Amino acid sequence: MKNKILNLVIPTIVPALLVVIWMYAAWQIGNQVILPPIDKVVTLLSHPTEDQISMGSLASNVAVSLVRVLMGYLMAAALGIPLGIVMGYYALVFRLMNTVLNVFRPIPPLAWVPLVMAWFGVASFATVFGIETGKLYIYLNNLKFSMIFIIFIGGFYPILTSTIHGVMSVNRTWIDSARVLGATEYQVFFKVLLPAAMPSIINGLRIGLGISWMCLVSAEMLPGSISGVGYLITHAYTLASTDIVMAGMISIGIVGTLMDRIFYYIEMKKYSWQRLAK
Amino acid sequence: MAPILIANDVSKSFETKNGEELHAVDSVTLSVSKNDFVCIVGPSGCGKSTLLRITAGLEPASSGSVLFREHEIKKPNPEIGMVFQEYSLFPWLAVIDNVASGPEFSRMKKSERLKIAAHYLEVVGMSDFASAFPHELSGGMRQRVAIARAFANDPELLLMDEPFGSLDAHTRILLQRELLRIWETHRKTVLFVTHGVDEAVYLADRVVIMSARPGKIREILEIDMERPRSRANHQFGKLADHILQQLEHEVMGLRN
Repeated sequence: MKNKILNLVIPTIVPALLVVIWMYAAWQIGNQVILPPIDKVVTLLSHPTEDQISMGSLASNVAVSLVRVLMGYLMAAALGIPLGIVMGYYALVFRLMNTVLNVFRPIPPLAWVPLVMAWFGVASFATVFGIETGKLYIYLNNLKFSMIFIIFIGGFYPILTSTIHGVMSVNRTWIDSARVLGATEYQVFFKVLLPAAMPSIINGLRIGLGISWMCLVSAEMLPGSISGVGYLITHAYTLASTDIVMAGMISIGIVGTLMDRIFYYIEMKKYSWQRLAK
Repeated sequence: MAPILIANDVSKSFETKNGEELHAVDSVTLSVSKNDFVCIVGPSGCGKSTLLRITAGLEPASSGSVLFREHEIKKPNPEIGMVFQEYSLFPWLAVIDNVASGPEFSRMKKSERLKIAAHYLEVVGMSDFASAFPHELSGGMRQRVAIARAFANDPELLLMDEPFGSLDAHTRILLQRELLRIWETHRKTVLFVTHGVDEAVYLADRVVIMSARPGKIREILEIDMERPRSRANHQFGKLADHILQQLEHEVMGLRN
């Protein structure tokens, strides 16, 4: 009983301390641009559907950002997982691709910006579908290729490397056992290799989503951006609305944590065997 | 009786990382009759496991061939089951699904394959653990499940690659007894690789003694003793001692 209460209390101590420091510091500084009082930020966060500095509400901006991140992220997964499996399974493909991928890996997503702008400019999904007016235009025009590419690059490498690692470290005895039990190559792949590599792939997906989400603000600072939390933050900054900046930052943190929790839950629920088998 | 398994002048060599050629198995000729229990013993690294893997169809022979019912073994065949030393169970599947995986690979209906799996779990005394996961079991229990999984395919020939090698002495002796009980009721042909001389004499109808690398057959010994065999028996001791001496020659020969 005592332990239970303690377990609940311990994780809240540091956040509570931070809040107190924030309140005290804001009161001492007395300058809203440097540090807005906490209640202003809380008010903003507790009214997520209210329009802010005529940029739309916090919630709608988060939604736009979420769609962008998910698009870039899904592309990263759609390319990273199959490529990782093939590279992990066939030594030849691994040797063929590894040098190039290794050289590109350390390049931060932000360093791609000039090239990406030169390639895609302000083209968006609206450009591809040739839609130039209406509600659909506004919606699709938010999904600019440049931004999605930056997010894609962010998510791609963790997914790829975890998948390669997952496939390479599959116990040979499992594959031999399946073959001896009469599995076809197809069955070895789908019933043994894939489930065995799955914990590592899920882990890569989890890290990849985190990094994609972190690339969001850089992506939304690109020209042609008119919405999203990242843009809301940069725009609020030019208007010296630090309270909106902080509300935006906290929203990014909260949404990121929630997405991470989902993966954490899946890992715990479905793939505990990997942790426990060691 | 016509032999069910014939190894015909089988040799296997590997290329090591430094590009040297390594002879693992050297012209092994051996025939095994139906329902025989044959143990292969040899110094470590003598290629006995390699010979088993070739028989399982997991690796090709460099020269010579292994015939199963007069057909050359080129790839794995559900008629030939195999039990590995350890870590062979699929850790993401419950025990019963592990045992049912052979029938699943041959696309048997779910209800049927679960029935078969439940039956063999009972045979190895693991019914209570049907829904447990491999990581929840002890080493001995895992090997029981691995044996049940191999039996669930109802193979004609069962290959066992040091299946009790990583167990403690007590569990090993218990499982040896269990294996004989199952073998006597379900009648399979067994080819059992071990480095335990005692294990070979306890289990086998015939013991194949292999030489140090490159593995050749040094001697084939008939164990003409009633089962269950007692380790305290004089003849048991004599046979074990004889095998040990043969192996000692091999190891000493390697050193000189």
